[in-house]
Amino acid sequence: MSENNNKDRKMQQNHGGPMGGPGVMHGGEKAKNFTGTVKKLVQYMKKYQVLILIVFLFAAAGAVFSIIGPKILGNVTTEVFEGIMNKVRGTGEGINFESIAKTMMFLLGLYVLSALFTYIQGWIMSGVSAKITYKFRREISEKINRLPLKYFDKTSQGDVLSRVTNDVDTISRTLNQSLTQIITSITTVVGVMIMMFSISWQLTLIALLILPVSTGLIAVVVKASQKYFKKQQSYLGKVNGHVEEMYGGHIVVKAFNGEEDSIRTFDKFNDELYDSAWKSQFLSGMMHPIMMFVGNLGYVLITIMGGWFAVRSMITVGDIQAFIQYVRSFTQPIAQIANIMNVFQQTAAAAERVFEFLEEDEEIAEVTNPIKGVQHEGHVEFKNVRFGYDPEKIIIKNFSCEVEKGHNIAIVGPTGAGKTTIVKLLMRFYDVNSGQILLDGHDIKDFTRYDLRENFGMVLQDTWLYNGSIWDNIKYGRLNATDEEVLAAARAAHVDSFVHALPDGYNLVLNEEQTNISQGQKQLVTIARAILADPKVLILDEATSSVDTRTEVQIQRAMNNLMKNRTSFVIAHRLSTIRDADLILVMNEGDIVEQGNHEELLEKGGFYADLYKSQFEEDFVETE
Amino acid sequence: MFKLIRYLKPYTVFIVVAIALLFVQAMSELALPDYMSDIVNVGIQQGGIEEAIPEAISRETFDKVSLFMSREDKEKILSLYTLVDENSASYEENLKRYPALEDQAVYVLKSGEITDKADIRLTLGKALMAYSGIKNGGAEGNENFSMPNGITIPEGTDIFKLMQFIPEAQRLEMLGQIDAMVEVMGESTVNQAATLAIKEEYVELGMDTSKMQSDYILWAGFRMVLVTLLSTLCTVLVAFIASKIAAASARTLRRDVFRKVENFSNTEFAQFSTASLITRTTNDITQIQLVVVMIIRMVFYAPIIGVGGVIKALEKSVSMSWIIALAVIVILGLVGIVFTIALPKFKKIQKLIDRLNLVTRENLSGLMVVRAFNTQEFEEERFEGANKDVTNTNLFVNRVMVSMMPVIMFVMNGVMLLIVWVGAHQIESSGMQVGDMMAYIQYAMQIIFSFIMLTMMFIMIPRASVSGVRVSEILKVKPQIKDPENPKVFPKTFKGKIEFKDVCYKFPGAEENILNKINFTAMPGQTTAIIGSTGSGKSTLLNMIPRFYDVCGGQILIDDIDIRDVNQHDLRDRIGYVPQKGILFSGTIESNLKYADENATQAEMEKAAEIAQAVEFIDSKDEGYESAISQGGTNVSGGQKQRLSIARALLKKPQIYLFDDSFSALDFKTDAALRRKLKKETGDSTMIIVGQRIATIKNADQILVLDEGNIVGTGKHNELMKSCQTYKEIALSQLSEEELA
Repeated sequence: MSENNNKDRKMQQNHGGPMGGPGVMHGGEKAKNFTGTVKKLVQYMKKYQVLILIVFLFAAAGAVFSIIGPKILGNVTTEVFEGIMNKVRGTGEGINFESIAKTMMFLLGLYVLSALFTYIQGWIMSGVSAKITYKFRREISEKINRLPLKYFDKTSQGDVLSRVTNDVDTISRTLNQSLTQIITSITTVVGVMIMMFSISWQLTLIALLILPVSTGLIAVVVKASQKYFKKQQSYLGKVNGHVEEMYGGHIVVKAFNGEEDSIRTFDKFNDELYDSAWKSQFLSGMMHPIMMFVGNLGYVLITIMGGWFAVRSMITVGDIQAFIQYVRSFTQPIAQIANIMNVFQQTAAAAERVFEFLEEDEEIAEVTNPIKGVQHEGHVEFKNVRFGYDPEKIIIKNFSCEVEKGHNIAIVGPTGAGKTTIVKLLMRFYDVNSGQILLDGHDIKDFTRYDLRENFGMVLQDTWLYNGSIWDNIKYGRLNATDEEVLAAARAAHVDSFVHALPDGYNLVLNEEQTNISQGQKQLVTIARAILADPKVLILDEATSSVDTRTEVQIQRAMNNLMKNRTSFVIAHRLSTIRDADLILVMNEGDIVEQGNHEELLEKGGFYADLYKSQFEEDFVETE
Repeated sequence: MFKLIRYLKPYTVFIVVAIALLFVQAMSELALPDYMSDIVNVGIQQGGIEEAIPEAISRETFDKVSLFMSREDKEKILSLYTLVDENSASYEENLKRYPALEDQAVYVLKSGEITDKADIRLTLGKALMAYSGIKNGGAEGNENFSMPNGITIPEGTDIFKLMQFIPEAQRLEMLGQIDAMVEVMGESTVNQAATLAIKEEYVELGMDTSKMQSDYILWAGFRMVLVTLLSTLCTVLVAFIASKIAAASARTLRRDVFRKVENFSNTEFAQFSTASLITRTTNDITQIQLVVVMIIRMVFYAPIIGVGGVIKALEKSVSMSWIIALAVIVILGLVGIVFTIALPKFKKIQKLIDRLNLVTRENLSGLMVVRAFNTQEFEEERFEGANKDVTNTNLFVNRVMVSMMPVIMFVMNGVMLLIVWVGAHQIESSGMQVGDMMAYIQYAMQIIFSFIMLTMMFIMIPRASVSGVRVSEILKVKPQIKDPENPKVFPKTFKGKIEFKDVCYKFPGAEENILNKINFTAMPGQTTAIIGSTGSGKSTLLNMIPRFYDVCGGQILIDDIDIRDVNQHDLRDRIGYVPQKGILFSGTIESNLKYADENATQAEMEKAAEIAQAVEFIDSKDEGYESAISQGGTNVSGGQKQRLSIARALLKKPQIYLFDDSFSALDFKTDAALRRKLKKETGDSTMIIVGQRIATIKNADQILVLDEGNIVGTGKHNELMKSCQTYKEIALSQLSEEELA
């Protein structure tokens, strides 16, 4: 049965990845530090050590009971056999049903206990693993919010996601199944061995002899199939890559009449895939019959030898029967142990990734005596700021400037100039390498991050909203805001003017792809959210391109509402914003190359003047 | 789904062969317990003597045995034997085998077939049993026998001698008594008892009985190994056939799907989404391949072995079949219950995990916003909720699932106990033999396993069949855009005049047209620009020219020929198309540029790159045109991708250029320089540009302003500034009034 279970599981795993072979073939990924990771994992489970101990005991007990079974049943058979023989010979009473019934009742009790123990064990372990899994996930989720943004520059979202789900899942599955399975398997192997020896050491030796034969055979098959398995993976990769590419660039393929060429390439890869696919499939399919053959060979050997011994009255018929059952239940757990070892490797790798994440350096600790209770106004000063995402590569070399409260600062520069850097520094998503940023006269490092960020509101081009209602998304700006405040913010941001046309009004829940409201409407919601937050300092990113004209006008108005009486840093695209700014910071290749107001900068005839001309003065086609 | 079965059709013969092999495999598997039972029954219990017909028997013994037969029977049996004594011709050779021949004459079985074997076996068996019963039981008295007429036998009397004097009629009466006993005991017990008597006789004849016994066991074992080998061979062959069929049909299926998708238009692509098409072509087909292997190797096998097991078990004992039926029903019921409880939860878990993923993904993608609004705790609570749901549902399912194993094990163990208990009673009443009972246990296990296997399949296959459905959905699609049956050909002097006449377009399933009655003409040598907000239909309009979409009403003419009247290949040959996102393929810069024209020269390629403003960055790379482009062009920036796409289109030297918002990722400076060059080089080509930036399109010869699928303005920049409100709004949102002047 457990074999069947394994197959089932393998199939499920195969669902995810492309064409997984049988577990043994994978080799799988390995943890860099196996023992270290296992130690940490054990540490994690320490809290549940009593429960786990019970689980182990029960698992072992369940296994032991099911081991004793065949031997006793064998005795029953012997009794039946001898009874009938005596009867035939006419030398006895025949079968003693009373004693058989007693033994059988005992056996029945044993089986009931075994089943009960196995179930209780599984029940407890499910609970323990659920708790551990839950804890892992919670810790990862909390960790996400404590990690510096820097970490996410080098790690993809998918990577973190896969730790939350796949890796934690792998750990959970191992705890649930493999851990107790290995206890059961080891107990079974040892127990069966003892039982076999107790029946006949000669037969046991024969049974043991089969093991190296099967291991050897399997090793040969694995080696052969691994070659094709790798090949198959690589061709599968090629086919998949080609498909992805051709489908992704379908328009181009069509536009340039590249279909035939594409099909030719595909056929080539597909043929090669076929060749390696059937070979690896076939070879991995040989495992089972080979195991069966060796198993049956053992069966025959045992029967022959058993018969031979029985003739010489060295063992009884029931013993042979029991022994055969033992041999069958002997090879299975051994194969299982090998398989589980592999699973452990994968689990260790998964656990290692989870621990790695949990042990990542967190944001620099808060100051010990943070400033509290400052009446903020929104006066910002940069003093000799020096910064680089990579300390080796300083991009902002020496930046100073003072921003009066209520002023508008426009940040301009070509795409990729690093316009958001200043914003990130201001909000302490990153810390300056040297120099200082002061908010209302205090170094921002002297506030707690929480207090500092209370002063900022943000509207980014990437309109981040979450899978909740529009109302909840606005309220996100200040979770304890009253309904009136939320409504006021919605009005100021012109959300109120479109929301009533939506199916559920404010209660419309954004779908996962957030396609049920338009880009422009999303933008308005983010503005409402920022208005509700009522910050002293605003950070705005003007998004223009993907919004229809009417919404654009509304956004403009909403933004103007928002900016009233606040210090604002605007990543500017619109000329009007730039020209009206109190200060323009011109950025190029990460650094602030110029600062001043529009007229000053134009007069200077530098980078800004150049940029301005190329963007907004455009008559060359005619003049040339 | 069932449409896919035709992909297996070419392999029908192989499948039939595989099924035949599976039969052999099943029969071999089922024969194994038989051999084991033979070893136990005959080899051990009967001392290797199969039948109640001795190959030799001394005259003395036969005389005694024959007391328990009728005269006719005695005659009949004697006719099967030759009496051998020292005067016989075959004395020497028989002496070796039967050393006791030295002292007495021996009946030796004649070689050759015995005609009514069953009768003779029974007659001899009964006689032998009676004989051995009296012989061994002698002194203590045997309950099984009572002398006729209640005669008591004094101790030490030779019963056989006594019996000779009993008249035949009375002896036959005794035989009747034996017959009645056989009724109760069963023939097999008679046979068993007889073989024991024979063994004793063999010992008396001086034969090596233990050698006979081990010879028998070895012979049975040898056959058993042969059968095992046969079964393995079949399994391997089936594996071979299954993997070949699966891989081959997957190959064909994959090829067909790919070809089909390559012929899809944008409409079909939009219907499925690119990502889904990719999974359908790759993962889903791989799944199908695995399922095919599984079906051939296991789904076919399970019923064969199950039915075979039932037949075999019935052969051994009909009366115990209720045990197996009971076990199967209990296990099926159990599996059924567990899965009805667990299956809906499985689906729920998937949803909850998606939810967990969504919350995490949102937290990750909104890191800055979350921190800016100090809502970390809120996010953690959201996650907590999702996490709790997943954990609890998972726990429930796990606790249900862990009950399966112990219960199934218990049922199997219980079945064994039942079989032994019931079997023992049948053995007692001579209904069966011990070896049969042991074999019966094996059959029962095999039958139960096959049912468990089948149940698993029935749970797994529907899940896998989802893949089948998804693949056949693709194959079912009839592409909307087809080549005409009698295609027209463009004139030799191709100009490239494009004319839209009342063109409408509606996305499939949409309620409203995305384009309404579009009319315009794009002249060779001129630039036509299309501007409008997102969703105004401008890209769709452009994509209709190379027939990525077909009109729903009206027509598009190129050089006065309806584009639906020419082959797609021919049409697209005339068009240089630059997509919205610079789509590149893996390879090198050169291979990407030459995608337009394999035979382009280096000079032509460099020229195209120069116009597209790509020379600078290509030259800055160490390997120049040989620089690698990774899949999806991820190793070059968006602007660079666009420039390479433009160069690629230029290398084709077409009469018609279509730019689908292809300058958006370029900075203004490059954008301007590129267009200036382009204008110069493309000369009398027809150029249509879709754009978002006023600056990009300001100088076009003709500007079309689209709003919600309608042309709301046509003309040059200055005209539109005066006449078209939408245009003015767009322009003003981007540039100040003075700049626009």
